Amino acid sequence: MTGAPMPVRKPRSVDLAGLGYNVAALVLAIGVAVVIGGLAVELSGHNAISAYRLMLRYAACNQADSSTPCTADSVIDIINRAVPYYLSALAVAIGFRMALFNIGVEGQYRLAAVAAAIAGVEIHLPAVLQVPLMIIIAMAVGAIWAGIAAVLKVTRGVSEVISTIMLNYIALGLISFILSSYLSGNNTDSNNLSIATPDLPSASQMPGFNRLLHDLGLLGSHPDQVPGFLLVAAIIGTVFYFVVERSRFGFDLRASGLNPFAAQAGGVSSARMIVITMLISGALAGLVGLPYLMGQAYSYSSEFPANLGFNGIAVALLGRNKPIGIAFAAVLWGFLERSAQILDLNGIPQEIYVLMQGSIVLAVVVAYEIVRRAKVRRAEREVARQVPEALGGAVEVTA
Amino acid sequence: MSTTLEAPIAEPLRRQGIRGVGGAQWLLISAVILVLLSFVRATTGATDLTSDGTIGAALTLAVPIGLAGLGGLFAERVGVVNIGLEGMMILGTWFGAYGGWQWGPWRGVAFGILGGALGGLLHAIVTVTFGVDHIISGVSINLLGAGLARYLSGVIFTGHSGGGATQSPPGKGAISTFDVPVLSGGWGSPDVLGSLEKHHWFLISDLAGILRGLTVGVSWLTLLAVLLVPATYLFFWRTKLGLRMRSVGESPLAAESLGVPVYRMKYIGVVVSGALAGLAGSFLVIVGANYYREGQTGGRGFIGLAAMIFGNWRPGGLAAGASLFGYADGLQLRQKSAVHGLLLFVALLLVLIAVRAVLRRQFVQALVAAAVAVAFALWFSLSTVVPSGIVSFTPHITTLLVLALASQRLRPPAADGVPYRKGEAG
Repeated sequence: MTGAPMPVRKPRSVDLAGLGYNVAALVLAIGVAVVIGGLAVELSGHNAISAYRLMLRYAACNQADSSTPCTADSVIDIINRAVPYYLSALAVAIGFRMALFNIGVEGQYRLAAVAAAIAGVEIHLPAVLQVPLMIIIAMAVGAIWAGIAAVLKVTRGVSEVISTIMLNYIALGLISFILSSYLSGNNTDSNNLSIATPDLPSASQMPGFNRLLHDLGLLGSHPDQVPGFLLVAAIIGTVFYFVVERSRFGFDLRASGLNPFAAQAGGVSSARMIVITMLISGALAGLVGLPYLMGQAYSYSSEFPANLGFNGIAVALLGRNKPIGIAFAAVLWGFLERSAQILDLNGIPQEIYVLMQGSIVLAVVVAYEIVRRAKVRRAEREVARQVPEALGGAVEVTA
Repeated sequence: MSTTLEAPIAEPLRRQGIRGVGGAQWLLISAVILVLLSFVRATTGATDLTSDGTIGAALTLAVPIGLAGLGGLFAERVGVVNIGLEGMMILGTWFGAYGGWQWGPWRGVAFGILGGALGGLLHAIVTVTFGVDHIISGVSINLLGAGLARYLSGVIFTGHSGGGATQSPPGKGAISTFDVPVLSGGWGSPDVLGSLEKHHWFLISDLAGILRGLTVGVSWLTLLAVLLVPATYLFFWRTKLGLRMRSVGESPLAAESLGVPVYRMKYIGVVVSGALAGLAGSFLVIVGANYYREGQTGGRGFIGLAAMIFGNWRPGGLAAGASLFGYADGLQLRQKSAVHGLLLFVALLLVLIAVRAVLRRQFVQALVAAAVAVAFALWFSLSTVVPSGIVSFTPHITTLLVLALASQRLRPPAADGVPYRKGEAG
């Protein structure tokens, strides 16, 4: 080694070690959550191992015991739960990549879903046009709502964390106002007090994949659909990857996140990046409620799922803001929710899944931070080792 | 040592005052608001604008917001952003209800404080020791707090009478209340304010109603909570420990170089922050409802944060913000039509602001204020009721407006939310 010029580029093996660190962090975090969840099961007076076994079997097979044959119902349910989390996490992740916190996905997706629900009822076009139109409306509404936070940040220096939190609550109030005024004009049956938009006509519904899969002989008959938005999510995930990791815009985005001053010096307008990123984030957030609205419930009501936005933050953190990682994390979230349902039937409180979700995300952010510090230390050691070698004899002379 | 250290740091901070507003100005502002409210009450006949019932409800609604805001203040003054207030408040509601159900209200309060403080401790470990981003930690704690409360309810409350996976059994008894003697008929004295309020005299009855609302049927816990506001001020601006904690939020490296144990200060601030959020949660349970219910906090942790920003990271301003938000809520509860009268109040207030701006030759500001005043006046005259959905986000939109329009006058701690690691001062 001595005397030979050291390459400035890090050797390949070091990157692999870095990946190993990340995987170790992930395993550690999930391990912590499994232990905490297990403790919670034990504290409620049940056996943790058999509870986990029950969960796994139920998630894979939709059956509580091994004697009855498997069905795909659980898997379909997990996909249905994972798709909104995936979209929500992508919306959060694009902001995170440039150190922008969109805490407002929650309000953005709900407002967008209301807009889509009303548009789907009021506009009458053939399905080929109607479905894309609803998607565009939802994305536009989400983008506008997120855009308010972007404009406030760029023009008035208001932190997007605070403004998006406030906008969440403003969105909720606005929704109740919109629904009550829309329904009071629309509701002919005065006895009907339920707060729900009318059901979407079939032209406004997103078809699922069951028919196709059935015809291909891949799937039996199931009450729940394999959601059509699975395809949309996959496309968006791919586009996300290429835009963020492989395009000029993505480079500017990541540069702004890593070092805004350097990016600015390199000619990247931070104001422009903030506005564009926030608009994209909001547009993605607008999609979050659609799988449920257009594929399952067909109306917006007070029962519409909440907290998809906040869970999206957790899923994005777990997936390290990358499409593949997020897909894994979204499926994990769906798995935990679905598999925990069987616990109630066995007298174990199913709420342990919320506890596990919470502890996974907290453990994972701590673990990633520890890994980051370890990497920094290692890089420092590496430099300390390389510098005297690179300087060659000069150091030896002074020594 | 500490005396020589204190003067140069404390003086510039002290001089800034509460947005440069002195005691006399506070009094003037309060008087203007009172006159306007009385005028609107007399012209619209919305008696609940200044009735003791509204003010009493507003006080009860303002206290949890204010406590959460104080919690935010303690964390942010030591430089840690605490988005996790909501989660810590949820822990406060759960633990408060558990203690109240098992042993009675005061133990419930103690348990609630403990529950919130545990959440604060977690936030401190994650952000201070491990240096994780404050927002990320806060969001995680919100998820974890909600999850823990739901799990614990499922395990512990289910199967007891009145209890279930989303609700606790009722607490044992309640914290007693008191009426202030002489003013509001406590200790068998005549109810002076009550008799004044009944006559609906302009100004006098309004003032009596407001004062009566603040002095009749007051819970001892409410009194304690209100006293925490001046106590916080005295602590941060008049004690050595308070100064050291603030120095950590302003410039941790400078504080470290002067020998202030930065990590310890941050830990104290964040744990107290959690404890206050827990107190806010247990207040909701013990004074507000006498049981725990899922979703009881209803985002009040975030409104507390909003009140803190509205109050420019100062206890007095924070209390004003909490009162404003509590008042909007209380009025909404008491008399929906009275909220409509509030539109006229806002319009008149804006007219005054416009006049003041003209006198100061700030014509653009005057024009904006006048235009908005006209908009509110039109809204008032063209409608009969303000939809409840819109009232519900008054605090949030007020905060956005304050941030957008007065951000130059806001002064958060200089190192708020900035990660710090020991030994980087070199």
